[in-house]
Amino acid sequence: MFVTYLRRELAGRRKQTAIVAIGMALAIALVIIVNAVSSGVQLAQSTVLASVYGVGTDITVSETPAAPTEGEAGANGPQNFDFGAEDGATTDGTTTVSQARLSVDRATTSFDSAALDTVSGIDNVTAAAATLSLSNTTFDGALPERSTTDTGTMPTGDDAAAGGTPPSGGPDGAGGSSFSVDSFTVLGLDPADEAVGPLSAVTLTDGRSLERSDAGTNVAVLDASYATTAELVVGDTVAIAGTDFTVVGLVTASSADAATASNVYIPLDVAQTLSGLDAQVTDIYVQAASSTDIDQIQTDIEAALPDSTVKTQADLASSVSGSLSSASDLVKNLGLWLSLIVLAAAFLIAILFTISGVTRRTREFGTLKAIGWSNGKIVRQVAGESLVQGLIGGVVGIAVGLIGILVINLVAPTLTAGSATTEAAGAMGGPGGGFGQAAVEATTSDIVLQVPVTLSVILIAVGLAVVGGLLAGAIGGWRASRLRPAEALRSIA
Amino acid sequence: MYQLTNVTKKYDQGKRSVTALNKVTLSIPDGQMVAIQGPTGGGKSTLLQMLGALDRPTEGTVELGTSNLSKLGDGPLGKIRAQEIGFVFQGFNLIPTLTAQENVETALAPLGIPAAERTARATAALASVGLGERGSHLPAELSGGQQQRVAIARALVKEPAVLLADEPTGNLDEQTRDEIMELLEGLWRDRGLTLIVVTHDSAVAKRAQRRLLIKQGVVKEIS
Repeated sequence: MFVTYLRRELAGRRKQTAIVAIGMALAIALVIIVNAVSSGVQLAQSTVLASVYGVGTDITVSETPAAPTEGEAGANGPQNFDFGAEDGATTDGTTTVSQARLSVDRATTSFDSAALDTVSGIDNVTAAAATLSLSNTTFDGALPERSTTDTGTMPTGDDAAAGGTPPSGGPDGAGGSSFSVDSFTVLGLDPADEAVGPLSAVTLTDGRSLERSDAGTNVAVLDASYATTAELVVGDTVAIAGTDFTVVGLVTASSADAATASNVYIPLDVAQTLSGLDAQVTDIYVQAASSTDIDQIQTDIEAALPDSTVKTQADLASSVSGSLSSASDLVKNLGLWLSLIVLAAAFLIAILFTISGVTRRTREFGTLKAIGWSNGKIVRQVAGESLVQGLIGGVVGIAVGLIGILVINLVAPTLTAGSATTEAAGAMGGPGGGFGQAAVEATTSDIVLQVPVTLSVILIAVGLAVVGGLLAGAIGGWRASRLRPAEALRSIA
Repeated sequence: MYQLTNVTKKYDQGKRSVTALNKVTLSIPDGQMVAIQGPTGGGKSTLLQMLGALDRPTEGTVELGTSNLSKLGDGPLGKIRAQEIGFVFQGFNLIPTLTAQENVETALAPLGIPAAERTARATAALASVGLGERGSHLPAELSGGQQQRVAIARALVKEPAVLLADEPTGNLDEQTRDEIMELLEGLWRDRGLTLIVVTHDSAVAKRAQRRLLIKQGVVKEIS
């Protein structure tokens, strides 16, 4: 009887069923779409962040560079290449000089690697890796032989009048000079750390990656793009701070803009020795046991290392700008509130229609009570009808929501993501590069928004349909149960 | 057998109280056909509600067999209505979305009768009121007389001891009125029911074995 009555009621009151179901469907479809778009935007943000900051990293620890005091060059101050009187080699009237330096980028600063042990010892830190971000700058110069250009005397007036001795030597044979500056980034890292940090964010394309046994040896892994530009392959050697390193592998970073991407990767201990920065690092990458632990770890690190700058994924996410950020804000604010308002409206519509239905059916319920139907039986009937209306709305809503998601994925809107990164100077000393300087730059990338359909979204939709139906049914049923049969029959007499 | 003793029913209407029944004492033996007449607002429907276990008196007792209806809770009263009392209303009170067959079955739903038996009994009840072929029709597809026949079938399908009819012919023309009353009388005789009919219509009342007049909440026998 329950099913028959329910079926007949829903079929017989199609208009009410349709209105309640449509209201519920719209709300649920909106919730599904907003939820899915939110997931898509988060996914896009994660993609941007992963490409910029590396996979598996929840927290990064660095130290903000202090401004050098007056007259102090320091490690981060202006860098000079000084040559002594006897430096260089002279051939055919041309003296060539060359000097290479491996030093910390200007925008970063190094700190004691003991901080790694401190960070590793903090609760809920599952992995931590330290790196030393360096820049290798090579200065090469060719100038005329000093004996022909630097006699210590000025030409006399007679010599000048007679035309004197014309300049000679130098790369052009006429007393000229030529200088070149080559710069590329070098990242020193612990070859044993693969789970977190820069090595986890690269893909091996040739040869092998750094291995635990590489510690203390002069081996290097090159960024594939840099290797192509520098015409280097696996097995070649690359000079870093005047020391030859064997190229053992080529890798591709997830993004050329990645803060963790470098032209050359070498073992950390070797980098420290060559740069004269023993027991120094510039960054520590931290992986938390759970996303819920990140705040606690951040607080603990800041307490243990007061001079450090600790950034979490949330901090990093806030650095993402552009239309992706706008979409994120839109989803978080407008989308969320719109969903809640429409959902509340749908629930309200369902409740009001159910109450209105109960009021309209006063005689019906009064009659049923008169012939012996219990309150429970009538409440179940009303609640059942509302629940089914909610479920119909849920099914339609899921279908509409999925179609909406499909349309979004077919349209595939492109969002622009901007992120502030600390990027080393361009390799090869090209324009805008410049002697290992680093700068905070905004990098942008286009992300095609792909909205995922997850089981959780479907379950949320079904749950909302059930809750909406039950809520309306419970209120309507409660109202029906309060009808006294005599009053119900009298009210329509 | 009904036994009403000093039954008073008052309704609160705002600040004033209206007495619908005033110290009514009445006995109705099993198997009797009783007509209750009286002016509008005289207390007919209230008396029927007391007899039908739809309401409790403000004072006094209403007994049906061994059950004191004035003392029972909603649940037991519902069971008595489900098992022992059949109702026929002036407005038929059929559920518009259910077919005639399903409307009749609603009376059996509270009794926990299996679906197959429910269907068979409802079919038989419809046949007994001359609507054997109309079981699949919705109320809106039936005439007034046919709808009242369905209501009678619904009231009788559970084989109650008492049938209470509130103006059962009030919405029907004369010919249909007579048909319905003949049907009710026939069922009353065949089944040994206690049939209590509230009516304005003297032609209907005259068919009863016993006639009661209720005026201003007071019941008098009409000889």
